[in-house]
Amino acid sequence: MNSPHWFKYASPVAFFPLAGRMVPWFAVPAVVLTVIGLYMSFFVAPVDFRQGEGYRIMFIHVPAAWMSMWLYVVMAVYAALGLVVQTRLSSMMAQAIAPTGAIFTFIALWTGAFWGKPMWGTWWVWDARLTSELILLFLYIGVMALRAAIEDSRRADRACGLLALVGVVNVPIIYYSVKWWNTLHQGASISMTKAPSMAATMLWTLLVMTFAFWAYSFVTSLMRVQTIILERERHSEWVRDLVGKP
Amino acid sequence: MTWSEFWHMGGYALYVWGSFGVTAVCMVAELIALKRNRTEVFRRLRRIRNIENS
Repeated sequence: MNSPHWFKYASPVAFFPLAGRMVPWFAVPAVVLTVIGLYMSFFVAPVDFRQGEGYRIMFIHVPAAWMSMWLYVVMAVYAALGLVVQTRLSSMMAQAIAPTGAIFTFIALWTGAFWGKPMWGTWWVWDARLTSELILLFLYIGVMALRAAIEDSRRADRACGLLALVGVVNVPIIYYSVKWWNTLHQGASISMTKAPSMAATMLWTLLVMTFAFWAYSFVTSLMRVQTIILERERHSEWVRDLVGKP
Repeated sequence: MTWSEFWHMGGYALYVWGSFGVTAVCMVAELIALKRNRTEVFRRLRRIRNIENS
């Protein structure tokens, strides 16, 4: 087959060293942005006139929630590519993203509870936003558990790909839940259609923390996909050569 | 602002540090687990290869 040049990196053997080289390029920004973001969260962003210091939870809660949804979409796109184009690497990337997505979903729920308790007076309510985010966590866990339950990795790719694709319908539900249903959760403070309803320093802090989490997600996904490639290509000559090196 | 005021977080210490702390623990734990898993996979594949070669 006469494949275009960029297709070269769709093969695990070519992508493995590339992933290794890319890790520091995301690790350094992740650390730098986290330090800047934390500094801004605690020392630059002013005290909120209604919620006092408690609102600072927002600077991890909102970026974590955004990442939890975004990573699910990315995972679903890779899963779709794996199903349609049948590139093995796409399914491996989908597999590599799931645990990080699950962790950000957990963080969004956890920090939400720790923010809800002092402000709403409760750790948890079964409202649309919180429930759909919990379903997102179950979807991530479901994809990972399904993967673990199926011995044959090609069959696991297809099953997990389908589940990931079906579950993507939950993402717009989470996003619009605060509009569609009456909920305790506040609406979006930042929207793509109108000017953000918050101070510029708060907005910048949110963005810096979001990019920090994003860079971190690249680091973990790339590290994880390397291990996945090793395991799944273990019978190939290049992996045997690689692990044989001192 | 003094350090004790900082840690006190205007009375929200439990909630703010409970959020930032658990987030930090999750992210650091994920990195450690990834590193460990990688070393373990390398070791296992090397062992299999050595058995097959001998």
